[in-house]
Amino acid sequence: MPVLELREITKVFPGVIANERVSLELEKGEIVALLGENGAGKTTLMNVVYGLLSADGGEILMDGEPAKIKSPRQAIDHGIGMVHQHFMLVEPLTVTENIVLGREPGRLGVIDFKIARERVIEISQRYGLKIDPDARIEDLSVGMQQRVEILKALFQGARVLILDEPTAVLTPQEVRELFGVVRSLVDEGLSVVFITHKLEEVMAVADRIVVMRDGRVVGETRPEDTDEIGLARMMVGRDVVLRVEKPVSTCGDTVLEVSDLHADDERGLEAVKGVSFSVCGGEVVAVAGVSGNGQTELVDCIVGLRRPTGGTMHLKGKDITHASARSSIEAGVSHIPEDRHRRGLVLEFDLAENLILGDHRTPPYSTRGLLHPKAVTTMARKRIDDYDVRTPSEKVIASNLSGGNQQKLVVAREIGRDPELLVAAQPTRGLDVGAIEFVHRQILDERAEGKAVLLVSLELEEVLSLADRILVMYEGRIVREFTADEADEETLGYYMTGGGGVKLDDDARQAGPIESGGDA
Amino acid sequence: MSDSREGLPAQRRWMTVLQKVGTPLVSAALAVLVGSIIIWASGYDAGAAFAALFKGSLGGPKQIGDTILRAIPLIFTGLAVGYGFRAGLFNIGAEGQLFLGGLAAAWLGVVLAGLPWIIVVPIMIIASALAGAAWAFIPAILKARIGAHEVITTMMFTYIGRYLVSWLVIGPLKAPGQIPQTVAIPPEAQLPRIQELFSAGTLEALPFLQLGRAHLGIVVAVLMAVLVWVILKYTTLGYENRAVGFNPWASETAGISVQWTTVKALCISGALAGLAGSVEVMGVHHRLFDQFSSGFGFTGIAVALLAKNHPIGVIPAALLFGALSAGAGTMQFEADVPQKIILIIQALVIFFVAAEEIVLWFVRRRQKEAMSHAG
Ligand SMILES: Nc1ncnc2c1ncn2[C@@H]1O[C@H](COP(=O)(O)OP(=O)(O)OP(=O)(O)O)[C@@H](O)[C@H]1O
Ligand SMILES: [Mg+2]
Repeated sequence: MPVLELREITKVFPGVIANERVSLELEKGEIVALLGENGAGKTTLMNVVYGLLSADGGEILMDGEPAKIKSPRQAIDHGIGMVHQHFMLVEPLTVTENIVLGREPGRLGVIDFKIARERVIEISQRYGLKIDPDARIEDLSVGMQQRVEILKALFQGARVLILDEPTAVLTPQEVRELFGVVRSLVDEGLSVVFITHKLEEVMAVADRIVVMRDGRVVGETRPEDTDEIGLARMMVGRDVVLRVEKPVSTCGDTVLEVSDLHADDERGLEAVKGVSFSVCGGEVVAVAGVSGNGQTELVDCIVGLRRPTGGTMHLKGKDITHASARSSIEAGVSHIPEDRHRRGLVLEFDLAENLILGDHRTPPYSTRGLLHPKAVTTMARKRIDDYDVRTPSEKVIASNLSGGNQQKLVVAREIGRDPELLVAAQPTRGLDVGAIEFVHRQILDERAEGKAVLLVSLELEEVLSLADRILVMYEGRIVREFTADEADEETLGYYMTGGGGVKLDDDARQAGPIESGGDA
Repeated sequence: MSDSREGLPAQRRWMTVLQKVGTPLVSAALAVLVGSIIIWASGYDAGAAFAALFKGSLGGPKQIGDTILRAIPLIFTGLAVGYGFRAGLFNIGAEGQLFLGGLAAAWLGVVLAGLPWIIVVPIMIIASALAGAAWAFIPAILKARIGAHEVITTMMFTYIGRYLVSWLVIGPLKAPGQIPQTVAIPPEAQLPRIQELFSAGTLEALPFLQLGRAHLGIVVAVLMAVLVWVILKYTTLGYENRAVGFNPWASETAGISVQWTTVKALCISGALAGLAGSVEVMGVHHRLFDQFSSGFGFTGIAVALLAKNHPIGVIPAALLFGALSAGAGTMQFEADVPQKIILIIQALVIFFVAAEEIVLWFVRRRQKEAMSHAG
């Protein structure tokens, strides 16, 4: 008997049937990968299971018994846990406190942190989820925070664990660790639903693969019966090019010139420690690195969101070292931010309003401070069509889009602007294979038009397939530069994690006054 | 999916309109219901109380005029607070800005005596808006520059503004005589009553125009509500205002200066509150004195809440609060229910609107959770 069974679940939103009679079974000790295009209805289905949304039809069974799940509380009581892509942890609190917080205090009576801490340690050892129970959330890496979320679900007694795109924000190393954890969970008899867009992950981790399209289940298979190409075809309904071909480029004039750039992070610690490079027209330069090595701060400087503490930047010969975000946009810089919810979108705005964000001051969208709704609507419809944003209308509120379609919206705006320089941070995060292919083509089109592209990505495959040159960033410096054909995943990985960089580390400490000043 | 492209958004728009209008109506109805229970429990005749309340606020043209009269300043202060909210700012000091607006109007009305109506009135209106904006400017700068919270600073400036006016009407600007008030502004500086615009014959033929003390300020107020609506919906100024209110980080990324938008929003909010002061001076009292506002700036917060910060919604919300205060006297007089009960009903309206906001906040948070997990 399956642990969890969904029978003919239907969920309708205005203008969209997100789930149409979806049935799914999950056996004890099984890992099911839920695969499907952006907007196929995966998150919706799982939100129904977790009680965040109520279905318009169908039923949920746990251990063969109909289960009434109207809230996450009830889902948890039935032994269902869910880890969302955006974590819900309380930053200043410790790991243990966060894990205990999820538990209804009435149940435990007075919370006994000592016992709780013991249990956290016990669970973490049992499933190989190594963690410091007393660390503060804000000091943890994304991968570790995710671990806390998983621990929390286990602490609450989850037998079924839902992971919605858990790997989208992880480094390859963290992904491997997560897979290890998932394996040990199912060995202990748990069952896992795993949503991802990365086909190689599906092949690596799933026992069974369920594919959704347009709100329906369109197929089911096992890793041993298929391959990545076959999966892509099942998902998208056509053949997908997993790695786009890129013609040789001719380097034009220098577009972006960064020299000896220094910048601090939020806490005042030096995060960019003297970075120099240039990007010419018709070239894609990628910055590869483990997150937290200064890439974010570097990007922020270039797009005018952060004041450098030293060095200079030039765009087509013009000094943009102290340019504001606005003048940088006006100078022709587009920016796909890594965090679409925080920086990329106004979730409460409709799609049309989001598509003019940053261009709202310029014709044809406005003249002399007056917006021109017609021009905005026309452009919005075109972008939505061109970039295949799945939505009933441009009047839909952005928060109602699926995660991947939100990303497409940001990409549509930033590339659609036809910039001189495109700064793209994780441009394909959360996109399905078809959409990734499309966005990659768009980026290469920009390149073919002689535009400059600076790509920051954790996906080495993306870096390798798009970049003409690759800069490896480690601890605030560029430690190596490769041309496209010199590099492979292994060497990149080696330098990204500080391989051969011990000396640099020492240099950093010697140049210390700035750092220690920041600490004080 | 493509065939639904045309039909559904329209249907959805109706749904959201219904939702937007419906929930405040429910809040107001609940407030009346609980209010009746309180009146009844205090040993009064709730039926008679509401009958009298209705009679005093909507019973005839004169009563309706009274309701309008009291709604006028509330439209302005409701717009003021609502505009601030749309930028994520809580201008709790509309009352102080209103006093400064009133001061500007009362002073200029006297200084400019002798000039024709067509020149004086616009000058007074504009000056009062500027005065209100100026009074909001320092809190705005403090917010933008050092992050001082506007709730504290605008409130402090309310005290300063009120005491400034108190002092002026006792001292430098005091009119001759016993009463601490300024000299009355001349007729050409006043906003005439609506019924004064029509001949006796017309009023006889169309009795609904006998609106008592209701003055032309209502026209200014409605025009201003429409103007604010246009600003929010059709200008880059309003667009940036809303963007910053919803998501300052994304706004910053899009090259919108969050600080500058904050300053503009608080000043515009102050300007709207300043207008409330001038219409009260020009349309009702014709002079300035210590108590010329009965907390319109604060009631404006409730009006904005009930209107959900929608500029057009502010009009009916202000009319509701105007009606409550217009009918209060009749209620006391005819049903022997103390006027203060009205304060309870007003408070209940706010309570239910706020309660709904709280419920919605939870719903939204749940939705947001659901949403943000869409990878
Ligand atoms: N709250 C909502 N209101 C309206 N429509 C919604 C809402 N949530 C989801 N949808 C729609 O339902 C459909 C399915 O969305 P869902 O988030 O489940 O997709 P998904 O398969 O998780 O996609 P992705 O891979 O992009 O995360 C989409 O068309 C989306 O626009
Ligand atoms: Mg999703």
